[in-house]
Amino acid sequence: MGIRIGVLALQGAFSEHIDAFKLALQVLDPPGHSSVIPVRHADEIPDLHGLAIPGGESTTISRLIDKNQMRRPIEEFEGGIFATCAGMVLMATEVDDSRIRTLGLIEMNVERNAFGRQRESFETDLVINGFDTPYHAIFIRAPVVTSCGPRVEIISKIEKGIVAVRKDRHYAIAFHPELSTDPRIHIRFIQGLGV
Amino acid sequence: MKLEELRFGTELLKRGFASMQKGGVIMDVVNAEQAMIAEETGAVAVMALERVPADIRKAGGVARMADPEIVMSIIDAVSIPVMGKVRIGHFVEAQVLEYLGVDMIDESEVLTPADEQYHIDKTKFKVPFVCGARNLGEGLRRINEGAAMIRTKGEAGTGNIVEAVRHMRAIMGEIRMLKGMDTQEQIDFSRDIEAPAELVIECARMGRLPVVNFSAGGIATPSDAALMMQLGADGVFVGSGIFKSSQPKVMAKAIVEAVNNFDNPEKIAKASRGLGDAMPGLDIHTLPEDQVLQYRGR
Repeated sequence: MGIRIGVLALQGAFSEHIDAFKLALQVLDPPGHSSVIPVRHADEIPDLHGLAIPGGESTTISRLIDKNQMRRPIEEFEGGIFATCAGMVLMATEVDDSRIRTLGLIEMNVERNAFGRQRESFETDLVINGFDTPYHAIFIRAPVVTSCGPRVEIISKIEKGIVAVRKDRHYAIAFHPELSTDPRIHIRFIQGLGV
Repeated sequence: MKLEELRFGTELLKRGFASMQKGGVIMDVVNAEQAMIAEETGAVAVMALERVPADIRKAGGVARMADPEIVMSIIDAVSIPVMGKVRIGHFVEAQVLEYLGVDMIDESEVLTPADEQYHIDKTKFKVPFVCGARNLGEGLRRINEGAAMIRTKGEAGTGNIVEAVRHMRAIMGEIRMLKGMDTQEQIDFSRDIEAPAELVIECARMGRLPVVNFSAGGIATPSDAALMMQLGADGVFVGSGIFKSSQPKVMAKAIVEAVNNFDNPEKIAKASRGLGDAMPGLDIHTLPEDQVLQYRGR
């Protein structure tokens, strides 16, 4: 058997994550037949090793998670979750917007659209703990983590705040590793799944 | 690039923003109250307007960019992205919307064109643009000018899906045709459709447009929205269809639901029940040619 990864395909940049995971699996080449699938139904979640929650609109995705009865299966998911941008907002225990029901899977406070509007979106080279060269990161109307619990590992931080964290098998990333051609973060997530 | 040096307004950021809208419904709104309803019902973004297309048709005269006061009140009311429309070729209206903080600009045939020869040079802006297209050539010309998202033109303000279907089928059909051609034939084809050869070849290789492809212009029901998704749209714009229906909130929720479950008839059926009246429709064939919006801008 191989590694089974699902990408939550309710709204947002899910096909980019599917491509990025396929590239990462190609590089890693784990034994067995690995697969990356779009996830649109709650019953597909428990069978996965890893689940990605992509960027998109956190208000919309949070509504659709409830509408599709996915909240419980995600909260009870035993594998790792890879959450980017809107996904990071959903993973938090606290967010600066009461309309969003978060999943609360990582103890952290998140500020939405922390850098401003789309004209303030940016690309930059980031230092990421554990990587020997900078990572080219794409921030689009990105959130930041303003504070996090003691058991949350900070992977990357810039002046504005924390932009990447890990808690056990879960990763939450403020930027979009699925939009760059560098698969290192996806690879690190897969390696941490313990499959 | 130096560490922590920031770059703004790049092609990747513009196209990336468009990707985040995929699978979503973008709703036309004319005030803060409507914008909040759109956000609450699950819109991924709103289009801030002075009038919805159906009312632009009724009003006649020259249709222009919305009053900045309306745009600002909508920006202040919601946390989702706010888009705004400018006239084709009117780059100063675009400069104004960019200054106001609009997240994406629609260079739209729904407004009266300001330039009958040229579209806006969209590479000069930090904010991304979406443009309408009726076929592959038109879409690729807009992408070549810097558009980060394409949408079908359809026929806005009619509540009639027929033109959006025609345009989506044209774009997807031409891309399918391309895949059967060798490179020389693709280059030849690019001359026929008046599009840059490299973009034509890229489409053939990817089997899709190189940017996100939405549908717009005539979506009035949940089934209309799901139809466009099944025909290959990445998401939909709903203009007059929501706030010109008898129960906007219910209609908005139903269309979001249908886009999310576009291949599930059971869910679309459920979403379509008891919606009240959809917006009154117009037969395209009864429109005098000067009132057909899709012919604006080629």
